[in-house]
Amino acid sequence: MKAFAALLDALAFAPQRNAKLRLLQRYFRETPDPDRGYGLAALTGTLTFPHAKPALIRSLVGTRTDPVLFALSYDYVGDLAETAALLWPAEGEASTPPPLARVVATLGCADKAQLPGQVTAFLDALDESGRFALLKLITGGLRVGVSARLAKTALAELGSVDVAEIEELWHGLKPPYGELFAWLEGRGARPTGHHGLGFRPMMLATSLAEAELDALDPADFAAEWKWDGIRVQVTARGGEARLWSRTGEDITRAFPDVVARMTFDAVLDGELLVVRDGVVAPFNHLQQRLGRKTVGAKRLNEYPAAIMVYDLLMENGEDLRPRPMEQRRRRLEAWTRQLSLPQVALSPLVAFSTWDDLAGMRAAARDDGIEGLMLKRWDSDYVPGRPKGPWFKWKRAPLTVDCVLMYARRGHGRRSSFYSDYTFGCWQEDNGVGRALVPVGKAYFGFTDAELAELDRWVRAHTMERYGPVRAVRPELVLEIACDSVHPSARHKSGLAMRFPRVQRIRWDKPAGEADTVEALRALIARV
Amino acid sequence: MEANRPDRDDPLQVTADRRQEPPTRLLPTWLKLTGQGLWCEPGGFFVDPGRAVARAVITHGHADHARAGHDHVLATPETVAIMQARYGDRAGRTLEALPCDQIRRIDGVSVRFVPAGHILGSAQVVLEHAGTRVVVSGDFKRRADPTCDPFEPVPCDLFITEATFGLPVFRHPPDAVAVDRLLTSLNTFPDRAHLVGAYALGKAQRLIALLRQAGCDRTIWLHGALVRLCDLYRDRGVPLGDLALCSGGRRKDMAGEIVLCPPSALADRWSRGFPDPVIAMASGWMQVRQRARQRGVELPLVISDHADWDQLTETIRDVGAPRVLVTHGQEDALVHWARGIGVEADALSLTGYADEGE
Repeated sequence: MKAFAALLDALAFAPQRNAKLRLLQRYFRETPDPDRGYGLAALTGTLTFPHAKPALIRSLVGTRTDPVLFALSYDYVGDLAETAALLWPAEGEASTPPPLARVVATLGCADKAQLPGQVTAFLDALDESGRFALLKLITGGLRVGVSARLAKTALAELGSVDVAEIEELWHGLKPPYGELFAWLEGRGARPTGHHGLGFRPMMLATSLAEAELDALDPADFAAEWKWDGIRVQVTARGGEARLWSRTGEDITRAFPDVVARMTFDAVLDGELLVVRDGVVAPFNHLQQRLGRKTVGAKRLNEYPAAIMVYDLLMENGEDLRPRPMEQRRRRLEAWTRQLSLPQVALSPLVAFSTWDDLAGMRAAARDDGIEGLMLKRWDSDYVPGRPKGPWFKWKRAPLTVDCVLMYARRGHGRRSSFYSDYTFGCWQEDNGVGRALVPVGKAYFGFTDAELAELDRWVRAHTMERYGPVRAVRPELVLEIACDSVHPSARHKSGLAMRFPRVQRIRWDKPAGEADTVEALRALIARV
Repeated sequence: MEANRPDRDDPLQVTADRRQEPPTRLLPTWLKLTGQGLWCEPGGFFVDPGRAVARAVITHGHADHARAGHDHVLATPETVAIMQARYGDRAGRTLEALPCDQIRRIDGVSVRFVPAGHILGSAQVVLEHAGTRVVVSGDFKRRADPTCDPFEPVPCDLFITEATFGLPVFRHPPDAVAVDRLLTSLNTFPDRAHLVGAYALGKAQRLIALLRQAGCDRTIWLHGALVRLCDLYRDRGVPLGDLALCSGGRRKDMAGEIVLCPPSALADRWSRGFPDPVIAMASGWMQVRQRARQRGVELPLVISDHADWDQLTETIRDVGAPRVLVTHGQEDALVHWARGIGVEADALSLTGYADEGE
């Protein structure tokens, strides 16, 4: 438990990805089995406990502390696990802290009546960071800035294997992952896992710089529409199906409509979209379905989800990934022809002969569900990761708006001394009294380091007020903001939200009074 | 210059200000809460006034307690020296040094300083008048500190206590934990500069002294804002070992070195140009992870010059006062606790005192 607690503490404060990787590797290298395996399970979110829940923490704290003092403390700290860890008045002699494996076994035990006594004994035996780690296991969501992917990346580097290999195996493995560690340390064979329903690491595209086209032969490439949804993978076998996000999160339970009646044996790559009567809805409709564990009937009905498939990775147990795109595409077309599921459609190819043709089609595509084009080499294998060359994404030209900088916030990590996060606004008529700026979005990239330094200087020289790490600046600087689309939003004062906003140019030359109006921005909302 | 000074204390002004303050029945009639701070009527002086006044009694040298421009200042010799170092000619027209445990009578009021253990020269103010003894704690801590005299509890009728860390979540671990953390990080990351944010007066010198106690005898590098106060501590007999100014040109050479700076410098342009810096901060606030994370701190060092919850409650028991007033900080919890043990307690809103290190 001590090593795991120390790891969580260190991760919570490590600002950069590389520092986090080093900490994870040290933990995996130096911690014995089975503790490190349970640590890995906690970091990847694979531990759940049937009876150990946040309510247990509240009731235990209630037995030892004054409720008023607890309420005031919770209010100040803002995190249940941390408040309880700091506040817990330990009783009795300090004893040897329990190993993580025993803590996990105890929390997972089915005997609800014994749990309070056992957790109390743990809390008394542990120091503050130990208590924090224990309570975080119970509340779930460690919030130390480590994704499952990052934990696996650390493992991969530890064993000098590709992270894709670990992803491939992952879904056949269970805590405490003894087999996996043995393999990574060269003490055992590669775990076989189970390949039927597991997630296969995805192949990703790089962004196309238009100058690159000159060197490419159009005949070598297939073109497809780039759908404005989320990338998913379907794995189905033996009457069961799973839906995976791009990073390998299992999102099956939130999309029962998508996986319904999938009785085939295949692994598919495609785009998750909201589709009504064959028409793809804008991305913000899909957002109504994302980030949920489960979904109600009303939402299912209002926002029906479907998949536009564009690749076939496995068919009836045969691995098609080493085959070229051309063959996989032919197999996919044949496969979809004999399928009759309304929620699965084949993403069509876009026929073209020259890059100019294609550029014209890309410019003309104003369909809500389309973000641009994908270019895939006919001879490309399906390889995990983001190799440069075989696949390109060629996004539609962004929308641009001239906005006025209103607030700047200090950044983190490498940017910790710079005002690097910008809130900008557009003009709105103020009941005929005049015009006022209304915030319409935030952006924190799109500029070079040199431009950042200039912006930072400008912010410091034009500050009107400070609120902690935020400065309100004089409304005098125009930023040209690019975004992929604009959507109505009830949560924002301006009534709209931008998708993927970034600073395209700093308009040092433009008077703030000539920036765009909220009305002009609203006119860009995708017609629904 | 004279015209720019804040208004002198004016009795009429005091009366006017009083209307806005909540009445506090726990104060004796000869002590009043005013817009400028705590006012002792028969003695004609303020304790730690927030603006320039005619007569001020000062508990310690932090800027939110010791302001510039008073006519007459009464403080410990160390605090007088700190005010002179910080304010020069503006430290006060007359500066009267009163060593701890000596009594000074001011118009029928007995005034005595007793060590508060907060920083060099910090003192509690013990006021006696009309058979009542009131102790104003100022900022204090109970933990041993190699740079100042330890806090002494003084039995009294009314104890006016600070409550910067007045919540039971604040229980500061031993100082050795933080020192060890810093030295371990230095070993783990010998190629990174360790920038440690520490309040320029008190915290910086204490951290240096703690490092020396732990056997660390390397050169410790200082931001320019710390140099004068470190010199002052040394002149007053606090050994700090080998210190050097980290000038702009040297930043790139600071890999594997400890560089102390005021907390504000961590987020400022000053912090650029160091080799892959580890951002550390020495403060009691570092105990709350979110607080540390908000400030972008990678290496939080819990070292506090204020009493934590256990010390605050222990002190209220030690002084045995039947009445307690709780000022700047988290008053509510400590008032609640004190009432729970049968002490009459209220919050006393003295404005203008800053969070530590902010």
